[in-house]
Amino acid sequence: MTQENDIVLMKGNEAIAHAAIRCGCDGYFGYPITPQSEILETLALEKPWETTGMVVLQAESEVASINMIYGGGGAGKRVMTSSSSPGVALMQEGIAYMAGAEIPGLIVNVQRGGPGLGTIQPSQGDYFQATRGGGNGDYYILVLAPSSVQEMADFVDLSFELAFKYRIPAMILSDGVVGQVMEKVVLPPFKPRRTEEEIERECPWASTGRKGGRPINVITSLELMPEAMEKHNLHLQEKYNLIRENEVRYEEWQTEDADYLIIAFGSAARIAQKAIGDMRSQGLRVGLLRPITLWPFPTKRICELSEQVKGILSFEINAGQMVEDVRLAVEGRTPVAHYGKMGGIVPTPDELIQALKSNFQLKD
Amino acid sequence: MDESILSPENIVYKKPTLMNDNHMHYCPGCSHGVVHKLVAEVIEEMGMTEKAVGVSPVGCSVFAYKYIDIDWQEAAHGRAPAIATAIKRLWPDRLVFTYQGDGDLACIGTAETIHALNRGENITIIFINNAIYGMTGGQMAPTTLMGMKTATCPYGRQADLHGYPLKITEIAAQLEGTCYVTRQSVHSVAAIRKAKKAIRTAFENSMNHRGSSLVEIVSTCSSGWKLSPVQANQWMEENMFKFYELGDLKNTL
Repeated sequence: MTQENDIVLMKGNEAIAHAAIRCGCDGYFGYPITPQSEILETLALEKPWETTGMVVLQAESEVASINMIYGGGGAGKRVMTSSSSPGVALMQEGIAYMAGAEIPGLIVNVQRGGPGLGTIQPSQGDYFQATRGGGNGDYYILVLAPSSVQEMADFVDLSFELAFKYRIPAMILSDGVVGQVMEKVVLPPFKPRRTEEEIERECPWASTGRKGGRPINVITSLELMPEAMEKHNLHLQEKYNLIRENEVRYEEWQTEDADYLIIAFGSAARIAQKAIGDMRSQGLRVGLLRPITLWPFPTKRICELSEQVKGILSFEINAGQMVEDVRLAVEGRTPVAHYGKMGGIVPTPDELIQALKSNFQLKD
Repeated sequence: MDESILSPENIVYKKPTLMNDNHMHYCPGCSHGVVHKLVAEVIEEMGMTEKAVGVSPVGCSVFAYKYIDIDWQEAAHGRAPAIATAIKRLWPDRLVFTYQGDGDLACIGTAETIHALNRGENITIIFINNAIYGMTGGQMAPTTLMGMKTATCPYGRQADLHGYPLKITEIAAQLEGTCYVTRQSVHSVAAIRKAKKAIRTAFENSMNHRGSSLVEIVSTCSSGWKLSPVQANQWMEENMFKFYELGDLKNTL
């Protein structure tokens, strides 16, 4: 039950930290980088090791952080790290190893503009990196895109649940807007960390010491026999198909009668909502589809809506990345365009309205 | 063979039960087999079979998990100390150790090695230093001696081209977080006994939460050095021990 002090005004980054403590997270390992350092700072201030027993460690690098997640997740614990775009780029080796070794864990990316050191201002430029695996080999990770501080809090537990259900790394792909904005949030209720017995039962594969003389557990992504490696890859692909079937999440807003559809995720979806409100008052019937899971992508629903609308605008704070997935879903049934800005500039609702009108030749 | 001599009272030596019968991929004369046996023996003698979690590296010992029947995690190249850090912090009553070669520990994983040791993580690092990259076919390592020939310094290691061999164990001894830093070898029966004692001390430190322990084993790589097993042992004694002096570098206990 929600208590009075569970309703608070805080930043998205702070909400992630509080949600982690509350949802039975066993450990956080991270390295400071703007615009997400409040996550580690909040955890350090809250001292969860004295209350829930959650481990908090400032690592020597993002490379070390992600390998700590590998180690902790491989030992059956609910562990997480967070970073921003350049730091997440550094983590890609470890994420690929986790995917190969089927290790659950949570990576939070509060995106900033790139490429390279880029800027500390918000961006959604890591869509490709997040949804295409990002490291080497054939793999995907689960990607959840929060568009509010509330979802920053809610997606922590959801990510862990999905990550352990499928033994897959999960990512919360946020951005500098959602990380830094302050909003009202209802923090999730406290859930105890899992006991040793619960971990042994739920993660019989984990390397925790071979209690009772059971066969040994080895966490590895290595297999030199091509036949065995192919078999492992086929198993991974089967798992990805299962996730595609069962875990697609999205939200629709005013799509019932829409003539035009905007597809946007994260903070861009919030901007789109304002723009759609304004366009509706001008008599333009525009709706929003907000993918909540970026992988798996709501391909089927977009395909259905493409039969209904006269045009689709993929609105992203980047040069046009998700638009590729939209085009693959639409397969030419209706015109698809992209609008976005780069370099840390967040587009305004008016700019989005102008972009939609000019792309689909609508009069002002 | 006279089978009657196999009665239990006549057995003076046997391999530890934690060592399975899988065929090892190590070359004849390689030190890895002996060190694996010592690790297995110590875990067994300490009664830690159900609590031990090893972290294997990238390098010749990447498959350590195939030979010692405990739980393992196989690390990305150089990252074993980060992985061990998390396992030990999340399971404080477990015996957590890494087993790494010189390229893994002293080159690509230098940052993870130094920082795990400096934080005083309650883990043990077993460091096999054979001054060469064995698995990839004998390339220069961070610990390759001056003048030593490898596939990537075929005319011998030169300071102006390749820099100097890294004594990372000496660095480790300077760190506040380490409680026990020692350099051993397994070239003779006496050395093997000392090395075993060192591994036992290190594992006990880890279980007693006294800080980080580093056990370097100066090792042979007869294939990489292009010497017979006997020659490799001799070469190690004559050359390696001069630069990498055996003995305890630090013991705060």
